Amino acid sequence: MTSLTSLTISAARDGLKKKSFSARELTDAYLGAMEKARILNAYVVETPDQARAMAAASDARLAKGEGGSLEGIPLGIKDLFATKGVHTQAASHVLDGFKPTYESTVTSNLWRDGAVMLGKLNMDEFAMGSSNETSYYGNVINPWRRRNSNAALVPGGSSGGSASAVAAHICAGATATDTGGSIRQPAAFTGTVGIKPTYGRCSRWGVVAFASSLDQAGPIARDVRDAAILLKSMASVDPKDTTSVDHPVPDYEAVIGKPIKGLRVGIPREYRVDGTPAEIDALWDKGAKWLKEQGAEIVEISLPHTKYALPAYYIVAPAEASSNLARYDGVRYGLRVPGDDIVSMYENTRAAGFGREVQRRVMIGTYVLSAGYYDAYYVRAQKVRTLIKQDFDKAWDKVDVVLTPATPSPAFAPGEITDPVQMYLNDIFTVTVNMAGLPGISVPGGLSEQGLPMGLQLIGKPFDEGTLFQVGHAIEEAAGKFEAPKWW
Amino acid sequence: MSVDQKTVRRIAHLARIKVSEADVPRLEGELNSILHWIEQLNEVNVEGVEPLTSVVAMKMKKRADVVTDGNYPQDVTRNAPAAEDEFFMVPKVVE
Repeated sequence: MTSLTSLTISAARDGLKKKSFSARELTDAYLGAMEKARILNAYVVETPDQARAMAAASDARLAKGEGGSLEGIPLGIKDLFATKGVHTQAASHVLDGFKPTYESTVTSNLWRDGAVMLGKLNMDEFAMGSSNETSYYGNVINPWRRRNSNAALVPGGSSGGSASAVAAHICAGATATDTGGSIRQPAAFTGTVGIKPTYGRCSRWGVVAFASSLDQAGPIARDVRDAAILLKSMASVDPKDTTSVDHPVPDYEAVIGKPIKGLRVGIPREYRVDGTPAEIDALWDKGAKWLKEQGAEIVEISLPHTKYALPAYYIVAPAEASSNLARYDGVRYGLRVPGDDIVSMYENTRAAGFGREVQRRVMIGTYVLSAGYYDAYYVRAQKVRTLIKQDFDKAWDKVDVVLTPATPSPAFAPGEITDPVQMYLNDIFTVTVNMAGLPGISVPGGLSEQGLPMGLQLIGKPFDEGTLFQVGHAIEEAAGKFEAPKWW
Repeated sequence: MSVDQKTVRRIAHLARIKVSEADVPRLEGELNSILHWIEQLNEVNVEGVEPLTSVVAMKMKKRADVVTDGNYPQDVTRNAPAAEDEFFMVPKVVE
């Protein structure tokens, strides 16, 4: 019998139903694999007792012929999601010891459907980063390595722990979040599938806030079908989040395998950026060819404001972050570093509790919102955001979905990128989607010359995640699946 | 626009982050490199463009102004670094 941890969610679901193995056996297999993979540093906390208790409850339900859509499926949870009584720190020192007394809506939905929690996953501090090098808990290692090399590579960020854990088969699937590319970029770096749904599709309630107008939760999974199964459970209409959109959640799995004949696929010319490696451009061409061969129509389109999305993002996101992170003051939760008076207590706490990247972004945000600069920076950025959204609105007259590369390069080494702006450029292909509130999926397309995974991104109309799964599956069928050779 | 060292100290104070004197020049350089990069937005003609306030066309949800949650002060103060009798404890703020 093949190892239980090698099963996709859909395969494990079938095996559990047929009683080929129990939820407890499946969970134990993952807990064992997690122990052996600690060198990846994907988990910040493992919750074996809770996992076994949840699995036992799943077995009891399965024995009675009951059970939800994720009954007995072991998942990893990004440290950004509040989990009742369990470590929730957004991988930051400032939230030292924080154990929420409540559960996020997204994770509540997963437990309602029978999923099992294996532990909390590492990430960039407060989801600020593209390489998982800003975590208070240390770097996450990518299970993938360059061919004939033992050197460590980053898994991308900010959901680096989620991507690494899914790629290494130390969870069946994982929750993640995406503010500028934090689901899709790590998925591309690890040969996994990651979808950021439409803004308002998943409730943000109980998710530690970074930039509220951009943050969205979504899954990272081993294949497109698993991502569809997970999103169906995570998404909901939630009265506790006023930006949660009142729109029923469709059965995403139902569209998988549906022919793409006649679909119009947009290729935006502005995504051909100088300096992009030839193999990334070649992958993009290959992706278009695969879809054309399956009957889709390829249409060249223009999204003229693309190049301004990233600089506008680096006004909007830090501005919102500086406001959201004001709550970490050493009073209500987490770390407190004493001072001579209350202001110095705040200042000492935040200096010790926030890492360098977080401090940088909070300061940028504070500056662009400060008196006299608000119109020049923040209002201008929000106007540019309107133009970016209008670019897409016009494109939807001509196409049903947009195809682009997911990242401008495959995974790089820790310490390779030290300049903040260079690091930000990792999100050049993903950030427009957050600025316009659209859904985007990253699907593995192939391996680089050095043997590293590269991803293709599909961008959809608002609430048209179904088409992303449909076309994503078509890419998957053509490209195949990619597994990291096990070295740990 | 760029920031000088005085402005760096002012922003740090506004953000309530203690910055050591030794770190000011580094931050000045980093913040300026980000701000200069952002300046390319000035190339965009935004005349007559409305700033985006919501990416999804929807009406703001409203609910009746009634208490729907609460009455668990112990839960609220449970994670506080210093709490007493269900109150947050802070250094003295009034003389």
